[in-house]
Amino acid sequence: MDELLDILSELHPDVDFETEDALIDDGILDSFDIVTLVSEISERMDVTIGAKDILPENFNSAEALYDLIKRIEDEEC
Amino acid sequence: MNVIDYLKRTVEVFPEKQAFTDGNSGLTFRELFDAAERGASFICERGLFNRPIVIFMKKSPEEAAAFCAVLMSGNHYVPIDEEMPKRRIELILENVKTGIIICDETTLEQAKLFNDESEKVLWKDMVKHEILEKQLSEVSRKMTGKEPAYVLFTSGSTGIPKGVACSHESVIDYAEQLVKTLNITENTRFGEQAPLYFDASLKEFLSTLKTGATTVLIPHELFRTPIPLIEFLNREKINTLCWVVSALTFVSAFGTLDIVKPEYVETLTFVGEIFPIKQFLLWKKALPKARMFNLYGPTECTGVSTFFEIPDGYSPKDAIPAGKPFEGTKLWLMREDGKVIPQNVAENVNGRDPVGIGEICIGGKGVALGYYNDPERTAEVFTEREIDGQTERIYKTGDLGRFDEDGNLVFVSRKDYQIKHMGHRVELGEIEASVSEIPGVRLCACTHSKESGKITLFYVGDIEKADLTRELRKSLQRYMLPNKAVKLDTIPTTATGKIDRKKLNEEAD
Repeated sequence: MDELLDILSELHPDVDFETEDALIDDGILDSFDIVTLVSEISERMDVTIGAKDILPENFNSAEALYDLIKRIEDEEC
Repeated sequence: MNVIDYLKRTVEVFPEKQAFTDGNSGLTFRELFDAAERGASFICERGLFNRPIVIFMKKSPEEAAAFCAVLMSGNHYVPIDEEMPKRRIELILENVKTGIIICDETTLEQAKLFNDESEKVLWKDMVKHEILEKQLSEVSRKMTGKEPAYVLFTSGSTGIPKGVACSHESVIDYAEQLVKTLNITENTRFGEQAPLYFDASLKEFLSTLKTGATTVLIPHELFRTPIPLIEFLNREKINTLCWVVSALTFVSAFGTLDIVKPEYVETLTFVGEIFPIKQFLLWKKALPKARMFNLYGPTECTGVSTFFEIPDGYSPKDAIPAGKPFEGTKLWLMREDGKVIPQNVAENVNGRDPVGIGEICIGGKGVALGYYNDPERTAEVFTEREIDGQTERIYKTGDLGRFDEDGNLVFVSRKDYQIKHMGHRVELGEIEASVSEIPGVRLCACTHSKESGKITLFYVGDIEKADLTRELRKSLQRYMLPNKAVKLDTIPTTATGKIDRKKLNEEAD
């Protein structure tokens, strides 16, 4: 989770990712952020997020995104 | 001739056909024309002619109708957007000194807070106005085609945005060439991606007025979810996409096209940045039969000056060429010594040979009138030159290019610190100017990585990154915000005391 929070706060240092839960719905993350985020997660956490998982409910909060990463890791095992 | 003559013709042929829609509600050509006549009458009644009229509306079919109303009234539209920070809007309003700001329900309250003298009016109320036929036909007679059709604002290195003004003549020339090149007809269904304050959206807007095509304005939120985005295109039977590279990359980068394909798309154009070959090939594989075009051109030349149609069996080596100019557009590569590089001279046609690289200069009907109310910055880049015994009015793009062995233009790099970010033009100098104004910042410099496309801000000062970013949002538009901020103790300098950008670039990567 710490690694993910690092990636997120590098992207938007002014956002409190531990409490924010409408990152997509409120437009905090845009398409460019999502491209950056997915490529950083792939590079630094070795998890590949595919198109079918790029949905608001998976990206609205750091927690939801972390759950998605865990799910993908479990599937890969 | 003016742009509205297109609409007058089209409404006769396709009155009940959909012109602009957002997937839910839309306007037929008849409704569009009626709204434009009423809106134009409202403006005419205020005695405004050949003046800037600001449009502050969310992207919608009604916004396109408001553009038409302003054009029909013989004035020029100046779109602003709620995504623009307050400071930027203030600078634009100071420059244009508009008589009217046309709003919708989502923007009116915000507009009332602007510190200017203009009348703030709801589009909804304007379209209730009676049609003043006599005044409208008088305006139509009075117009010469030399009047500006619009003023679009782009990034300026000093932090003051520049308003590019283009005449009806330039806009018509652009529409003619584009429609012919892409073969746009009444059967075309555009999936429109760009905001309407951005010159990329002129492709859909103008072609729709001219041919009776339909423009489907894609809801902005869909550009956060690639699969629903493609499903939307299929539901709307979209057959033509003119998107900026970053939007196409957003779809292809996640393997979306392996899951769902835009099954109706026959024509795809990309513009704004160099298309990474890997992403291009994913699109090519998904749409093997589609005609694809790389387009190139600055806002200062109405948006697109050259095109390259991807030939059958094309295998890109390094970069996809920007191609050849539209008919009627002239293009030169100018070396630093002022000499023009001939397009057909073999020894200059070597990418690695710096003799063959020059600044891309554009002439012809597409060249803009200049920067609105800004003769000084206009004179810097719009000049008259004697070329081959003829006096030409040219725009110096600041882009460096070369010709390939087929005489196609190939973009090489920028001469200065202007970059392309998410399809938008950004002056790193504008970001630096805004950062410098924030209390607590002593020194700063920005870099842009060609590989990752990211902007990194380096700064020295007493302010924390989070506070800095928060402050910066007040003056910079979202696409201009650095992707990353790095606080340093000192900014590295070269032996001559200049900021060592090379070192910072390495640091950023």
